[in-house]
Amino acid sequence: MTLYFTTDHEWVSVEGDAGTVGVTDYAQGQLGDVVFVEIPAAGTTVTKGTAAAVVESVKAASDVFTPVSGTVTEANAALTEDPALVNTAPETGGWFFKLTLSDASELDALMDEGAYKTFVASL
Amino acid sequence: MDEAVALLPLDALHRELGGRMVAFAGYAMPIQYDGIIAEHNWTRSAAGLFDISHMGQLTLPLDADVALEAVLPGDITGLREGCLRYSMLLTPSGGILDDLMVTRRSGDLYLVVNGATKTADITHLAMSGLTVSHREDLALLALQGPKAVDALDRLVPGVAGLSFMRAAEFMWSGTPLWISRSGYTGEDGFEISISASAVESLARALLAEPEVKPVGLGARDSLRLEAGLPLYGHDLTPDINPVEANLAFAISKRRKTEGGFPGAAIILDQLFNGAARKRVGLRIDGRQPVREGATVVVDGATVGQVTSGGFGPALGAPIAMAYVPAALAADGTALHVDVRGRLLAATVVPMPFFPKSYVRQPLAKAGAAQ
Repeated sequence: MTLYFTTDHEWVSVEGDAGTVGVTDYAQGQLGDVVFVEIPAAGTTVTKGTAAAVVESVKAASDVFTPVSGTVTEANAALTEDPALVNTAPETGGWFFKLTLSDASELDALMDEGAYKTFVASL
Repeated sequence: MDEAVALLPLDALHRELGGRMVAFAGYAMPIQYDGIIAEHNWTRSAAGLFDISHMGQLTLPLDADVALEAVLPGDITGLREGCLRYSMLLTPSGGILDDLMVTRRSGDLYLVVNGATKTADITHLAMSGLTVSHREDLALLALQGPKAVDALDRLVPGVAGLSFMRAAEFMWSGTPLWISRSGYTGEDGFEISISASAVESLARALLAEPEVKPVGLGARDSLRLEAGLPLYGHDLTPDINPVEANLAFAISKRRKTEGGFPGAAIILDQLFNGAARKRVGLRIDGRQPVREGATVVVDGATVGQVTSGGFGPALGAPIAMAYVPAALAADGTALHVDVRGRLLAATVVPMPFFPKSYVRQPLAKAGAAQ
């Protein structure tokens, strides 16, 4: 399993052609208290860099861009009951959706954990 | 923050307290410290300290009361010393230029106007022949919540004796304070005007009280939304008049009879015959918040617009304010709100969404002070 990150503060964890997408701890800190998450249903086709989910904090709605293209296989049902998982467990239980990657070469343009940490430190 | 912003007198304190600073009304201001929900709930259960020094504090000579009545619909000549009145500056057609508080003091009229509109307000008042002094030497704090009175009365003995919409001068450590029992959260609380040079000492003293924590703009917005209080520039604009905004209570009785304020003909006609649209409260089914700009839909037709919306932390549910046609403004009316193409079911409900807990004077006494 390998972790990749975007400059928009999403992460994708990849094993073979299966990916899991969420937002980073830095992102949840910026969003503030999350009260609702809109996630694509299984079967939805998503395209790298486009809005695939919406996360609503008390204050505002923000788009979540998918780091890779593919077909959604599962939306995280736990977020419907407890959207605050995005705040409390952004990089574990607060994942947004799982997908089957359509083009693994898209991963080449993403950051690894070390590069992402350096990027966040520069903000 | 990219915009050029001015710094408030408490800027360093906000940063020291871990406030996340954003640009608002031309100032760097804290949107949150611990988190909006935590700060919101703290204010509803204890006492939140808000820096509202971005707001405009203006003074006018006492004899400006007659001229002031030419620009707003409140009874100012009949306002007693130490009393506050909520009012609105109006366009010639009755639209709202700003909402504000007017207090008669022993030596002047004291106005508190919105931060984003204060420059335009000062120009408008000056063009209307009023002599306005912009008190940029003053800072403004709000201490709000059920325990605000305990914390403040410990530092400033006597403030507990003020009732809602009353104000007086107090002294604290040799510094004069102008304190009113008022606010923008629906809770009991106070607004404290103090010299900008002394505000940090007072803020630190208040924060040292066990009931008090700092609260940012985010919770200020969610608190006022739950309290059903409109926000200028969003729920109130120059295209909306006080009757449409459900603020007819601010048109004083004598002014209803006499008129003589901008847009009086239109406003009084709508007051007696009804306005075509109304500001209403909406409860949204489910958990998804609706935001400003979302459209209100009935039977596939757009009938109105959300002007404020979000999640009400004390209610645990999404709430909103919207303008809808009068025929759809009755409590219990079912309609839909379009959020990114999805229709969410909503119901018109009475405001405030969350009950207010103001400390009012006994009726007989309040009546005597009208």
